[in-house]
Formats: sequence, structure tokens, C-alpha cells
Amino acid sequence: MSDSLIIALSKGRILKETLPLLAEAGVEPLEDLSSSRKLIFDTTVENIKFIIIRATDVPSYVQYGGADIGVTGKDVLMEHGAEGLYEPLDLHIAKCRLMTAGKKGEDTLAGRIRVATKFVNLAKKFYAEQGVQADIIKLYGAMELAPILDLADEIVDIVDTGNTLKANGLEPRKHIHDISTRLVVNRASMKMKHAQIQPIIELLAKAVEKRL
Amino acid sequence: MSLTERWMLPEGVDELLPPDAWALEKMRREMLDTYSSYGYELVSPPLVEFLESLLTGTGSKLDLQTFKVTDQLSGRTLGIRSDITTQAARIDAHVLKNHDISRLCYVDSVLHTRPEHTMTNRSPMQIGCELFGSDNEAADLEVMSLMLETLTIADVSKVHVDLAHVGIYRGLMTSAELPRELEDRIFSALNRKSIPELDTLAAEHKLPVIDIIREIALLSGSIDALSEVRKSISQYSELASNETLDAVDALMRFAELVGERFPEIELGYDFCELRGYDYHTGVMFSAYTPSFGYALAKGGRYDSIGAEFGESRPATGFSADLKTLVRLQSRISTMNSGAILAPYGTDKALLERIADLRQTQRVVQSLSESDEQTYGCSKKLAQSQDGQWVVVEI
Repeated sequence: MSDSLIIALSKGRILKETLPLLAEAGVEPLEDLSSSRKLIFDTTVENIKFIIIRATDVPSYVQYGGADIGVTGKDVLMEHGAEGLYEPLDLHIAKCRLMTAGKKGEDTLAGRIRVATKFVNLAKKFYAEQGVQADIIKLYGAMELAPILDLADEIVDIVDTGNTLKANGLEPRKHIHDISTRLVVNRASMKMKHAQIQPIIELLAKAVEKRL
Repeated sequence: MSLTERWMLPEGVDELLPPDAWALEKMRREMLDTYSSYGYELVSPPLVEFLESLLTGTGSKLDLQTFKVTDQLSGRTLGIRSDITTQAARIDAHVLKNHDISRLCYVDSVLHTRPEHTMTNRSPMQIGCELFGSDNEAADLEVMSLMLETLTIADVSKVHVDLAHVGIYRGLMTSAELPRELEDRIFSALNRKSIPELDTLAAEHKLPVIDIIREIALLSGSIDALSEVRKSISQYSELASNETLDAVDALMRFAELVGERFPEIELGYDFCELRGYDYHTGVMFSAYTPSFGYALAKGGRYDSIGAEFGESRPATGFSADLKTLVRLQSRISTMNSGAILAPYGTDKALLERIADLRQTQRVVQSLSESDEQTYGCSKKLAQSQDGQWVVVEI
């Protein structure tokens, strides 16, 4: 952490939808992010830099102060715990739902069930709140396969349109949380660079409001 | 367990090596000397105590942070201390039983079951001062100047101090009389300054207290924000209890005093700082520096702890982790640079010269005629033509 302000952005879909908001707040990258292999980018504002990383890494970078501000999904924040981070703004982009899903027509089993997910902490907490004993199996992708191949009884995953579930003979079951992209800020940065950060939050909030 | 795993340290447990260990020791001495010059008595409480005593008057967070073992002699549970503040409070209330003001300082290792944050580990070395028996602002101010002196000794430049008062939030919550579950949700949202969640709560419950909290959550920055806070709170007469307004006024007064006493320090405010909500009772302060994402030192008032120990005593104090402070310092490359290498020998003149030089400097003596190591020294002791031992560059 130094005098410049570092904003950590999540790769992929979130990035595409975040850049226009940042542009409206007056911060744009000086070069095309997608064609460069660089990891740190200068912007139109002299002391603001972007770093482009995986969404799951954003909370860690912002937590220890490597980046002052971050943009990532609520799902990632809840899974990470985001201890010590401020979450002052909902950007209302990349919206989806975190849900449980299982094979179509099959009843939820009583007793101990097996759940495949990449959101291990979230799943543990959710099933505990429901009073359901669940063994969590950590997977990194293609959750839908797990119930089909009988690796798990249910999955916990992000659902957007529900088409992937349908195409694989699964159905959504319980709604866990609405997900959207959030702006997070390092606690110490918020205190020490308040004069720099607060206007960015306000401009972004205005840009978000216009689109609602 | 494989042979290589055997000598690994447990996760989050470190040791101090050269040159950090000396750097830390020098800092430690200088800091204790400073505390002593303010009239603080040094205490060195035990590493383990009965758990109930260690956790008196603190919250569940400290309970989770504390390692526990069973005492084979009494059958009771012992805790390995995770914070020396409560030990100092116990000493003040039960050992010294001083009804006047007592000033205590300490430096010792503590052990945490989990690292307090991502930039530290499980075995910090806590240094701090506690002042018991005065509820005057002068006490808080004295403790804060000790905190700032500590950071100066540690060579921390550009210190930013964040001021807060736990009574603002606590007062609002007391007057609002909310159900426990809702209060927990507000606490959690506020702790993360999650404006979207506060908005949702405000829409769900339509309570003025949530509106106020949402309003003051993001106020920070300059001292003007303080009067703004007072204005926002006064608008809601049913919530503007004496406790809340007194807290705002106390914070304003303290901020002015701090500004006068330490004009060079950059000040910030946080009206909803919830750190140590379990045991703090008044003003709180934490020190930051731009190169580090967490507070380097923190402190504040905790008047209720003494009551739990049987005697209600106003108390204020601060503490810091020496290991974090030493890690922030620029490293001295080699330990013995500037030291003097002396040749092997038992000649009386040589030994006397070495002893003489050692009064003020570091002298490393070779252990045999064939010892050709320089031990990182940049100077050596050589015999001149007239037989005198003189220091020359290597």
C-alpha cells in the first residue's frame, strides 16, 4: 500500500460489466485489458491502477492491503468470510442466485446427504442452519455431473438462467442467497485514503443508480 | 512423520532470528525506558493462568483466541494468555490493591489459536501500557502519547490515528431496544460497513435507528463530520439519549485535545468502530501507517473490566505487537558491519585493548591462529610497528 490507489478487478464477465461503471466514475484503463498480458494497468487517473485477477483472489488482496479497493461477487465474499473488509456498495451487476439443486423429480433424502460444491463454507453453514447433516465434497467445476454420476445427492451452485441445470436433468431446489457484484474496501485504506476513496464510491453509486 | 517434517515449526508459529532478534530487543529496551520515564511500573504476568481469570470481563472472541490445557494439579482448565491487558487488570485489582492511580507496562509473548489478521501470526509479542484509577481525559491522552512514542521508537513514519467512541453505537442500541437477532444483523452489516445490507434492513424494519446508523456509517474524515453526526442524532429525539450524545461530545473534546497536543498527526474518525465492542467503554484509538493494512497499535478506555474483578476501576491503555513493528523496519544487512575483528591470542596487552574497546563497540575475537573468518566485521585490530594494538579497516 502506498500513495497510489490500487483497484482489484475480477476477470471475465464481472470485468466487462464493471468497466463501464468505472468509466462513468472517470477511471478508464489506458490500454486494452483483454489484449495485454500485463497484470497491473495504468488508468486515466494518474495515481489509480487496476490489477486484474481471479474473482476468488480479490478478497485476499484487499484484505491484506495489496489492493485498496476490489470488485467481486457476493458469493466469493461469503465463501471467503471477508473478515475485516468494508462492503459499501452493491454494483447490481452479474446478478444471479446461489441455490441448491438435485436430480429432477427425486426427493431430498432424509438423514445424512452428500453435497458437491465449490462453496464449501457457505454450504456447510446453509445446511447447518437447515438442521441437515451434510458431507461436503469440494469440486472446482461442472457441479452438475456430481448428482448424475452419483457422487453427490445435491449441489450448491450459482444459478443464472437455470438452463445448464435443465440440460443435465437437474432442478433448482432451495434459494440460499441473491448474488450480485460488490465493491469492497480495505479497512485501513478507508481510514487513511478516505478523501480519495469516498468520491469514487459516490460516483460509482450514481452510475449504478442510473442503470436500475 | 518424515525426518524433514520433524523440525518444522507449527503453522503460524515463528522465531526471531538475526538480525531481527537484536533489532526487536533494542526497540523493547528503548520503549520500556520511555514508559519508565513516564513513571510506569513493569509487570511480567505468568504465561498460564486459570481460564476464568484470563477471560474475566472480556468477550467470546478472546475465549476462542485462547489455547487451553488441563492443570494436572487442580483439575481446572488453564489458559495460555492471548492478551496481557486482563492480566494487568487482575494485578491492579487483586495484587496491588492500590486505590490511587496505578500505571503498569508489560512486554511478553502471547499465543493466539488463530492469527488475528492476515499479516500477523499466532505468536505475537505484546507490548503495552495500562493506566488504572483515572477517568479523566488526561489519562487517555497520556496513554495515547505513549502509543505515539512507541511508534516513533519503532521508526514508523506517517502515522494516521483513527479515533472512535464505543458509546455512540452502544447508546443508540440501548435506546432502540431492538430484538437480539436484529441487533446482531445490524452489528454484522455495520462491522462491514455494508450499506446495501443496511438499506435492506432499513426497508424491512422502517426504524429510525437504522437510518441514523446508515447515515453515520460512512462519515469519517475530518472533524466537521463530528458535528454532522451530532446533528443527525439530535434530530431523532427518542434516540438521542444522554449516553449517545455524551459519547459524541466526549469524542469531540478528545479529538480537540489530541489535535492540540499532536498537531503533526493525521487524525481520522470512525463513528461506528466496533473493535473491542465487548469490553471497551469510551474513546478508542488505533494507529495506522500507509505501508500496512492493519492497525499497528490500538487502545482505549475499558472501565468495566475492574468491576468484574471485584473492584470497579476506570482503566485505559494501549498495546502493539513488537514482531509486526520489527518486520516493518528496514533491515540492517549484516549484523557485524562496523564491528572489529581481533586476532587470536592471550597476550595481556591485546586482551586489555579488546576489553577496553568492548565498553563501547562490538569486538569479535578469532578462536585460533588458523581461524580466517571475518564474521562480517569491517574493521580489525592490528599491531602497529611500535607494538600498539590499533583499529584499521579490513
